[in-house]
Amino acid sequence: MALQSLDILRRSASPTAAPQARNPLEVAKLIDVSVCIGCKACQVACSEWNELRDDVGSCVGVYDNPTDLSAQAWTVMRFNEVEQPDVSGGKLEWLIRKDGCMHCADPGCLKACPSPGAIIQYKNGIVDFHQENCIGCGYCVSGCPFNVPRINPKDNKAYKCNLCSDRVAVGQEPACVKTCPTGAIQFGSKEDMQEVAAKRVTDLKSRGYDNAGLYDPQGVGGTHVMYVLHHADKPELYNNLPKDPAISTTVSLWKGLLKPVATLGIAAAGLFGFFHYITVGPNRAEDEHEAEEEVTK
Amino acid sequence: MKEQLIQRYNAAERINHWVVAVCFILLAISGLAFFYPAFFWLTGVFGTPQLARIVHPFVGVVMFIAFARQFFRYWHHNLVTSEDVKWMKSVKEVMKGNEVGDIGRYNGGQKGMFWVMVGCMALLLISGVIAWRPYFALYFPIPLIRVALLVHAASALVLIASIIVHVYAALWVQGTIRAMVEGVVTHAWARKHHPKWFREMTGKES
Repeated sequence: MALQSLDILRRSASPTAAPQARNPLEVAKLIDVSVCIGCKACQVACSEWNELRDDVGSCVGVYDNPTDLSAQAWTVMRFNEVEQPDVSGGKLEWLIRKDGCMHCADPGCLKACPSPGAIIQYKNGIVDFHQENCIGCGYCVSGCPFNVPRINPKDNKAYKCNLCSDRVAVGQEPACVKTCPTGAIQFGSKEDMQEVAAKRVTDLKSRGYDNAGLYDPQGVGGTHVMYVLHHADKPELYNNLPKDPAISTTVSLWKGLLKPVATLGIAAAGLFGFFHYITVGPNRAEDEHEAEEEVTK
Repeated sequence: MKEQLIQRYNAAERINHWVVAVCFILLAISGLAFFYPAFFWLTGVFGTPQLARIVHPFVGVVMFIAFARQFFRYWHHNLVTSEDVKWMKSVKEVMKGNEVGDIGRYNGGQKGMFWVMVGCMALLLISGVIAWRPYFALYFPIPLIRVALLVHAASALVLIASIIVHVYAALWVQGTIRAMVEGVVTHAWARKHHPKWFREMTGKES
């Protein structure tokens, strides 16, 4: 079900344009990693609002729980202890990142999806999965540069954060934003969030984090979930956040160049056969030898 | 006079061929549906889109097993010789309907087709298993699955184009379809298109 109040920019596997007369504001969620205390209230709010309940896990020696995203966990906190000489002079830093869908402006999942309308990109920037159209092929998993979508083993459909598109459609902020006790997660227009981030980056720089910056990777056209990082020069420190994410060349070839090449190849084979037949004509074995044999007998 | 016939394919070989052919048609239709968004409706060949996604790989395995049987039947008939190279180089002449060289059971084009099919089938099986959800894909890293998806689509398209040529060749050279339906060809057919094979089968001069 497409939310009618959020017009559609792109629809998976749809060769013609989606309805897009209306012009909603482009939104963004800003996650200020430097303010996050790792309380996981966002995880709980997400699971409450979306009525998701992941299995109770077990302690694996770190705070990560659940340990990975799943169809029942659309956001998870990733905890990393970093102690590197070239990062803050080698003192221990506890870097916590709320992981989940980045809502790319150029979504790899949508590009890879073969099922019309299973993935929708609203004009406000939200990338939403419509599971009723999902066929469970997992192409979105391969298309995503951030390793976010997860297939639910129970129904073989793909799930991920939808930035609470249902809440945003009625003018509310996502559940994780509403619940965050430190204000580490903020929500608003993308422009406003960039301004807020700029102020935070200036502040962090004044406090010694020279490489502080905004994570809004242009390789995927920018994202609608952005991070303020104290070490924006090294996003990998935050549980391997990719430094320069982009849709994989393999996926681009598969979903791009291969299509016209294939169309030409198949059409050429078919047309060649047709025109060959109507010009050269069928290749018949004449019966002359058999006739001769008859004579010599 | 009564037609003189030679047995070219026995019943087991014919059944084997048509199992592969029917699987191929179903796979090509559903595969093209996944490849071309505008033809997604072709998933209807298996009922619903999700059913098509679920059934496609199983049909693929059936096709591969049946094709493997064909491979072991025919590989030794498809070793390329200098006569075949001559045929391939003179393909223009062949296209005009003129025979080139002293052809045995298969000509250079048929042998080339055989090995293209073998290559495509092998690539399709390997890449298909790697990308197969929910059973196998989770054991492979995402970058490898991406390569598998590209290879699967590309080799499928090469196979589809090749099969179009394969089917056309059988239609063009009249009397060929009969070999795979009734199992027989006429002496005239064999003498014209496969003179060496004709001599081997009948002991007659071609």
